[in-house]
Amino acid sequence: MATTGHNTLIELRDAIAAGYLSPTDATAGYLDAIAKQNPELHAYREVTATYAAARAADPELSGPLKGVPIAIKDCMCHTEGTTACGSKMLEHYHSPFTATAVQRLEDAGAIVLGKSNMDEFAMGSSTENSAFGVTKNPWDPSRVPGGSSGGAASAMAADLAAATLGSDTGGSIRQPAALCGVVGFKPTYGRISRWGLVAFASSLDQIGTFTRTVADAALLSSVMFGNDPKDSTTADVAVPAELADPTAINQPLDKPRIGLPKQYMVEGANDPEVEQALQQAIELYKSQGAELVEVDLPHTDFGIATYYVVATAECSSNLARFDGVHYGHRAADPDDLIDLYAKSRSEGFGDEVKRRIMLGTYALSSGYYDAYYNTALKVRRLIRRDFDAVFETCDAILCPTATGPAFKIGELTDDPLAMYLNDVYTVPASLAGLPGISLPAGFAERDGKPLPVGIQLIGKAFDEVTLFRLARQFEQSTDHGTKRPPLAQTA
Amino acid sequence: MSEHITPDDVRKVAKLSRLKLSDEQVTHFTSQLEAVLGYVDKLKSLDVDGVEPMPHALDQTDVLREDVVGPALTHDDALKNAPSVEEEKFFGVPKVIGDGGGA
Repeated sequence: MATTGHNTLIELRDAIAAGYLSPTDATAGYLDAIAKQNPELHAYREVTATYAAARAADPELSGPLKGVPIAIKDCMCHTEGTTACGSKMLEHYHSPFTATAVQRLEDAGAIVLGKSNMDEFAMGSSTENSAFGVTKNPWDPSRVPGGSSGGAASAMAADLAAATLGSDTGGSIRQPAALCGVVGFKPTYGRISRWGLVAFASSLDQIGTFTRTVADAALLSSVMFGNDPKDSTTADVAVPAELADPTAINQPLDKPRIGLPKQYMVEGANDPEVEQALQQAIELYKSQGAELVEVDLPHTDFGIATYYVVATAECSSNLARFDGVHYGHRAADPDDLIDLYAKSRSEGFGDEVKRRIMLGTYALSSGYYDAYYNTALKVRRLIRRDFDAVFETCDAILCPTATGPAFKIGELTDDPLAMYLNDVYTVPASLAGLPGISLPAGFAERDGKPLPVGIQLIGKAFDEVTLFRLARQFEQSTDHGTKRPPLAQTA
Repeated sequence: MSEHITPDDVRKVAKLSRLKLSDEQVTHFTSQLEAVLGYVDKLKSLDVDGVEPMPHALDQTDVLREDVVGPALTHDDALKNAPSVEEEKFFGVPKVIGDGGGA
């Protein structure tokens, strides 16, 4: 049973619009569920209950998302409460402004319930790097929800919001969505303004959504997509009207051509249940008239290496702003200004952030810049060209989202490289700036518990409508996404 | 490219990154950074001569706007998160001239 009695955001939205449910009751329903479950799950880092209740009671509330309660990620600036980015560095940071993406949702009538937990500065694949404690997977609380948007995925799976926002730099929406059994969508780079999103790697970061259904993701996209004068990296590309129209998203494609990258189908690379889910998806699409073709992405094997040079280089530069002067943590009794910087940063950042700042600094340092950073940028171009060639003949690419289901808390924490290799299927689309969506595609039983596994569709740049239509085709022929974890059922 | 990372390399890069590490952390990070950089070294096996670097996923460059004054943060808002404020309008920092140099 869903928290509000409605299974999808669109159903809830329609019930509120028709007057069957008030924004106040919808909000109170979610706040109650959060109060019951968040102490165990720690999906929310901060709940802004008073603010949410006041917004819900506002008679001026209107728009296509009127009264729909959502959660934002802790790296999204909001004038209410704190924006801590999972870090001790920003624990007490009160943003003087609200992120454009969040503002657009609020202007459309959405109600922000609070901020979801995340890996510090979005660096991680498990949410174990949050300075405020790990988030648990509602399917098995001894396991991680994935990351970095683990709190958002966990909250969505446990039905603690009608939708949640995440950010995806190398898979931080799609991987946790797969591990928590919900729909996770990352748009084309440039679709959604990053203004007010705390920067990790600016050429890769993109805001996206966790939802129960594909149509819900499309609706939220219709509100958030579009050029923003405050972010010069938003694309000046028209927002398709179909996004806000579930009937249009429901239209199957006529004989779509779906690419299966041979480099993503290496025998033994995935857990058997992931292979099985992928095979079932392939068969399903075939039975619906799709043409499935093997395609070549020859530089796949270089994706992770490229990503960890580009992303760390950008992070080392972006995180230079945390100096203990303008905002954020400041160390006591520094010897001088340089010592103030170093001490404040050393106290404020956790180990993974330090590791990535140092990797990036190394890759950008004199003597290594060409060998690492510039080489990685060239390989990034080769990766993008691989995708461009495939999309000349294919509508989308189908592959796993992650190699297996959720792993145990603590299993990979001391082996950063093993943790990084988790992102093998999500990183290439990020480097190329392409949209991707992870869909619930089956379950793997571990320790007697069913754990979700996901499949991923990668689409052409700025053609999210095709991606959503193909995703919807899979979704409406399966029931994986309608299953609920035990923790949500007891609510 | 460097194949082997030493503790001194880590100390140097920590200094450039404005991070202070204990000796124990230096040891820990040395092996971790070596593992990651060793993995990243696979990039050098590719021939990338003549390939245009791709710093960004979007092709648009030099996005300009009209040169007009828009809304901006107030002084109070800009300073409200500052750990130290002087005379109600300045960010407070340790002395940087005379004895307080250090840079």
